Amino acid sequence: MTPAIELAGLDVHLGSRKILDDLTCTLSGRTIGLLGPNGAGKSTLINTLLGFHKPTRGTARILGHDIQKDQDHIRSIIGFMPENDSFIAHMTAVAFVRMMGELSGLPAEAALERAHEVLFYVGLGEARYRNLGTYSLGMKQLAKLAQAIVHGPQLVILDEPTNGLDPPARQRMTRMIREMKETGVRIILCSHLLRDVEETCEEVLILKQGRIVHYSNIEEERKANLRFVEIETHGDETGFIEALEELGCECAIAGDRRVKMVMSEGMEIRQIYQAAAATNLQLRRLNYRRDTLEDIFLKAMENNGGRVSAGPGERNGSL
Amino acid sequence: MAVYKRSYSGYTGKITPRRSRFLILTRYSARGLFSSRIMTGLFILSLIFPILVIAGLYLNHNTQLMSLLKFHGDSFLEVKGTLFMFVMSFQGSFAFLITAFIGPGLIAPDLTNNALPLYFCRPISRTEYVLGRACVLLFLLSLVTWIPGLLIFGIQGTLSSGWAIEHLRIAEGILVGSLLWISILTLLALALSAWVRWKLVAGGLLLGVMFATTGFAGAIGAVMQTAKGLYLDPAAMVAIIYCNFFDIDNKSGIGTPGACLSLITMGAFCIWLLSKKIRAFQVVR
Repeated sequence: MTPAIELAGLDVHLGSRKILDDLTCTLSGRTIGLLGPNGAGKSTLINTLLGFHKPTRGTARILGHDIQKDQDHIRSIIGFMPENDSFIAHMTAVAFVRMMGELSGLPAEAALERAHEVLFYVGLGEARYRNLGTYSLGMKQLAKLAQAIVHGPQLVILDEPTNGLDPPARQRMTRMIREMKETGVRIILCSHLLRDVEETCEEVLILKQGRIVHYSNIEEERKANLRFVEIETHGDETGFIEALEELGCECAIAGDRRVKMVMSEGMEIRQIYQAAAATNLQLRRLNYRRDTLEDIFLKAMENNGGRVSAGPGERNGSL
Repeated sequence: MAVYKRSYSGYTGKITPRRSRFLILTRYSARGLFSSRIMTGLFILSLIFPILVIAGLYLNHNTQLMSLLKFHGDSFLEVKGTLFMFVMSFQGSFAFLITAFIGPGLIAPDLTNNALPLYFCRPISRTEYVLGRACVLLFLLSLVTWIPGLLIFGIQGTLSSGWAIEHLRIAEGILVGSLLWISILTLLALALSAWVRWKLVAGGLLLGVMFATTGFAGAIGAVMQTAKGLYLDPAAMVAIIYCNFFDIDNKSGIGTPGACLSLITMGAFCIWLLSKKIRAFQVVR
């Protein structure tokens, strides 16, 4: 699969300030989460990818196209949903989305048809003839999503798509993102809400002070997490550990009556219970290790000097 | 995909040519133009005078009708440079009023609603965006200025043989003067609306700028006893161009090239102002 984003030594200055500092990575997932605290450079990175800011140094490619050389082509194959209110107050949603479709290259009739379709898809079907100025914050978010997908882009950049949405609307938005992903659309999701990113994204890039501080392939990490097990025992665990090591596990005693282990390839959890029964050991608790995105994010934020760290996903994504 | 299916699908149909895509903005901008009664009234009023002049030309060449109206002079309307000067100045004033009315509404709403990123994330450049918006005014002002002017010229040329060839410079003057005037008005209206952002204030500012430049030029002339101050007054510059083409005495001593250069400089300044404001994102330094 063509990488969605390739950054090579990307530097961006706004005025005299360095906003993005030597970003290098290749992101190939279908949905990519962009995380970071305020001022980390997420929006600047998006704006640079869209060609709004010129890189001071380095290059960036979207779906294999150079952002400076193939700007027109890139803009015709991507959709962008900005974070802030961006609309034309005196236009109806249908006229607005249709115009945006036409500007992306759709013929007038096709743009009108698509405008109706996407407005129904995002849930604004009944309100599509109302002026955008009369929309609530949540409805404006949906209208922004509609204009971003009206021309059937290959890649959609969503900047804080769940801002201002109530819980049902947020769920609907994340469901739509997942649905779009299933149809083959690549998605870049920039959000402060870790839960949104965790629910929808395969890869996560965490920025801090304009630098990449962590890359994580969530899909890979989820799979890997299932192999890390923590066990609390009651009794003498020596025989139990030996039995597990015979099964190919790596074990370590982590304090009083606690064993940490990495299950071998193809091993099933049932075999742990069998080993415990065979060595006459009581198992009081058994947990899979599970790093939530919040853990990953917080660890990345603690990272000193903006050094890059990577989760198990490092094997697939490259930094 | 039918609307009831409500699932996402891509678009695989044909794509329109890239070059003419800026006209989509023109089409959408022009859509609501005549929904305002003031605008419709202003536009109709602007067409009345050329129609009266055309009626006068017809009367000039219809001896039967002239005698019926008991008119005994040589001609009802003397067709020479001064007539065209008057027509173009009158129409130019209407062009100015129309610009003040609709010009600020072309860009200001996009800026106040922060809509520019939505345009510029699509295959449309900043130049095309401004051109698309400007075309609305350029088309409309053309209908008020050089098109009626050339129509009057053409009708007079048809009614009296050989007149058009003899007075070809009048046609040139109509075209050059009008195009410069409507271009300056358009650029000024767009630049002011981009900087001020509020429609009403931008409209007021456009009126203010025009009157202020005229007043300033007059003040310089009175104090320094020179016509050079007129270089700051776009209306005076266009009047000088008309005078020179229509063979009317030009007391200022400013030639057509000088007047054109002054207007082009003003236009370039407006373009510079636009280039500073028409951006997807404003960078606060």
